[in-house]
Amino acid sequence: MPLPSPFHQRTSELCTSLLWKEWAGYYAVCSYGMSHEPEYHAVRQSAGMLDVSPLYKFDVIGPDATEFLAFVSARNVGKLKLGQVGYGCWCDEHGKVLDDGTVTRWGEQAYRVTSADPSYAWFSRHSRGFDVQVKDVSSDVAALALQGPRARQILEDVCDGGDVGDLRFFYGTHSKIAGVRVDVTRTGYTGDLGYELWMPAQEALKVWDAVMEAGKPHAMLPLGLDALDVCRVEAGFILLGVDYFSARRCMTDVQKSTPYELGLGWTVHTKRGPFLGRDALRREKSTGSVWALVGLVVDWDELEGLYNSFGLPPQLSSHAWRTAVPVYDQGSQVGQATSGGWSPILKKNLALASVHAAHAVPGKRLQIEVTVEFQRRKVSATVTETPFFNPDRKRA
Amino acid sequence: MAQTWDAIIVGGGHNGLVCAAYLAKAGRKVLVLERRHVLGGAAVSEEVHPGFTFSVCSYVVSLLRPWIIRDLQLSRFGLELIPLECSFLPLPDGRSLARWDDAERTRREIAGFSQRDSEVYPEFGQAMAQMARVVKPLIDAPAPKPGSLHPRDLAELLKLGKHIGGVSAEHRLLLSKMMTMSAADFLDEWFESDVLKAPMSVSGIIGTFQGVRSPGTAYVLLHHYMGEIDGAFRSWGFSKGGTGQISNAIAAAARHYGAEIRTEAAIDHVMVSGGRATGVVLEDGTELRAKTVVSSVDPNRTFLKMVGKQHLPDDFVTQIGRYKLRGSSGKVNLAVDRLPSFSSRPGLGGHLRGDIAICPSVEYLERAYDQAKYGEFSSRPYLNVVVPSVVDPSVAPPGQHVISCFVQYAPYNLKTGPESWPEHREAFGDAVVDTLAEYVPDLKESILHRQVLTPWDLEQEFGLTEGNIFHGELSLEQLAFQRPAPGWAHYKTPLNALWMCGSGTHPGGGIMGACGALAARAMLTGRHV
Repeated sequence: MPLPSPFHQRTSELCTSLLWKEWAGYYAVCSYGMSHEPEYHAVRQSAGMLDVSPLYKFDVIGPDATEFLAFVSARNVGKLKLGQVGYGCWCDEHGKVLDDGTVTRWGEQAYRVTSADPSYAWFSRHSRGFDVQVKDVSSDVAALALQGPRARQILEDVCDGGDVGDLRFFYGTHSKIAGVRVDVTRTGYTGDLGYELWMPAQEALKVWDAVMEAGKPHAMLPLGLDALDVCRVEAGFILLGVDYFSARRCMTDVQKSTPYELGLGWTVHTKRGPFLGRDALRREKSTGSVWALVGLVVDWDELEGLYNSFGLPPQLSSHAWRTAVPVYDQGSQVGQATSGGWSPILKKNLALASVHAAHAVPGKRLQIEVTVEFQRRKVSATVTETPFFNPDRKRA
Repeated sequence: MAQTWDAIIVGGGHNGLVCAAYLAKAGRKVLVLERRHVLGGAAVSEEVHPGFTFSVCSYVVSLLRPWIIRDLQLSRFGLELIPLECSFLPLPDGRSLARWDDAERTRREIAGFSQRDSEVYPEFGQAMAQMARVVKPLIDAPAPKPGSLHPRDLAELLKLGKHIGGVSAEHRLLLSKMMTMSAADFLDEWFESDVLKAPMSVSGIIGTFQGVRSPGTAYVLLHHYMGEIDGAFRSWGFSKGGTGQISNAIAAAARHYGAEIRTEAAIDHVMVSGGRATGVVLEDGTELRAKTVVSSVDPNRTFLKMVGKQHLPDDFVTQIGRYKLRGSSGKVNLAVDRLPSFSSRPGLGGHLRGDIAICPSVEYLERAYDQAKYGEFSSRPYLNVVVPSVVDPSVAPPGQHVISCFVQYAPYNLKTGPESWPEHREAFGDAVVDTLAEYVPDLKESILHRQVLTPWDLEQEFGLTEGNIFHGELSLEQLAFQRPAPGWAHYKTPLNALWMCGSGTHPGGGIMGACGALAARAMLTGRHV
């Protein structure tokens, strides 16, 4: 049975819909009301606050912390400046992705790592020979994501110190909220202006209350995972266990992915000393990848026409989906769409798909499987670069 | 040599801008001329009181076509729509009804008034969605041309006939009822409770000079269900930053594709030479030449004021003269220092995140119409109220709010004459505030600023002839192939090189953008520009 997160007392009061799911062993809200749409729009118009405490969190500290993280990450973490956050992934010896997450450099020799899967054993195993300590702080540290165009203003109102308003994209600072020491990073999973707040779990409620209060005049809403899922599709962010699988859990090689195949090539730095998976990744870089992760925009007129041929108006869920469907090029299957959904802001039906690399050409028309009235059909979808939605305010 | 354009668009409202964007996207050299200092026409946001942005006229987005949003990449240019979550009806006796997109919750709410209606309500929605599907091809395509023998027109008619022919007999009957009955009578066939009939029937009369018991008003009910099926999903909504942001996004798209847009460029008249439009003359005397002139202003202003009868066939002038405008609504915008708290549901809640109707009964609406028939504004008018700052904090300072009240009836033709409206403006504003204050007790103390727009103001300030918000009533005889005149429903006009692209053309008013887009398409496919 899942555990309550440090914010459970508050979230359970507000979650009148009783729509919960399990996330990394914790109870997590799907949507506070019966519909997640108000929460989605809050993220895009004002702000939403999400309990992200279930993320796995590790402190990596010691004289060799930089070298160690640079060794296990595909990204050259050694280049992170003080206070900077780096997004990246870590791979096995064969360059296959195990997990993705963020690394924040809080001190010369002190880092905080977040991940989607438990990674303590793996970090420990590879830390041999490095003068470094890895500590799993997952349950000691509570975390909130505050996302949306009003997030900055809300934090400016509620934070005491740390010049939060001046925080640059993917940087962090130390501040105080309601007397509690809070680490603030300008990060998130919505593709919007947003921050994440990291605090001691035992004082989490004080922070929650203060931010909720400060958010009120800005029409902020508590945010659940359903709305987040729509946002992350628009932002083109992949999800472990949905859009790719950790090499650790895969039964066959085909199930595994490399960073290049997941659109994470930009996070890989191969021109440097040894790191896990380096040789395989160098090879792939020169010979090319087998797969590519692409965005797909489903042709609306065709979809509408398809439904029309059944005498129906188009029926789309307002939820993002994550049951993979085949993707075709003129009859032969060239990959699969792994998640997607209707984008209320773009008025487009989006999907994230893994296709054979030759088909990853923006503008190319492929076909995606659609089931109407229990019948499997195909509808055109155009290969599109991600993010689908990328507002200036995200980085501004 | 003086500069010339492929097309000059008269008026920078949303349709003019959409038309400009499509023409520019097709590579044409386009100039948009707007009389006011801001773009948007009636889809305009203005900071009327410091820190408060009002959607001065049009206040919700209804059927902005999703294909236009995609074609013009409007979200990239700043368009963000927030759907209305609720329809709220407070009653004077302290009770209230809120209709949500949560079907069970809505059923419980309605059952508080009528258990029968609570169960009929989803059946009605289902029937309306079917009807909307039948009617939808009409608004996304040019109007049909009955009587034309051109093979293309016949093929189009055949297609439409086939489409309608595929509808079940039961639904065809329903459709014919909707085309002929009054909104209130039609709803009487379904529901027993006034709390449903009053707020639902009112959508049949918005912007028309008719009552909920006037025949032909049932049809417009369909518009409320159209959004459910057109790929916009719950397309009734707020635009972040007010409705002007829609216009700004379209303008940004138009500029991106190369259109030039000028504000404070009032047009005096359209130049005509050798039987064709050749450009426009600004009020300051500047002459601007173009191969085509496209008017997005209403038909009356276009033909009778800017072109002039002398350049048009007599029968056409007669038809335009008969075209009914007769505005019937006004607008009151309030800047308030606190959240409006309804006595029937105090404080903040989902009921404020949608539209709020002040129309407790069908009789109330008929009484409001009675006064209008005899040239007075309603002393207890129908109000459609929204508080966009509840979902869009960008339009008011934190903790403060904007309240937008659409008001009907406010007949353009007061019995003392339309020009006497300025003398009645404040009394009209008082009637609106008094009405709303019966439901929001501390409303009056909370008002920081009040903006009152009468139909006269809509005409003088926004150029809407007789203050008609739709550029002409959306009554059946003025729709489709008869908008704005029989034989001239395809954006073309009797004057060569003069085209129309405003709400006075098919498919009509509201922030749809379809008029502008379909006009551009007609010009481009016919290589008229």
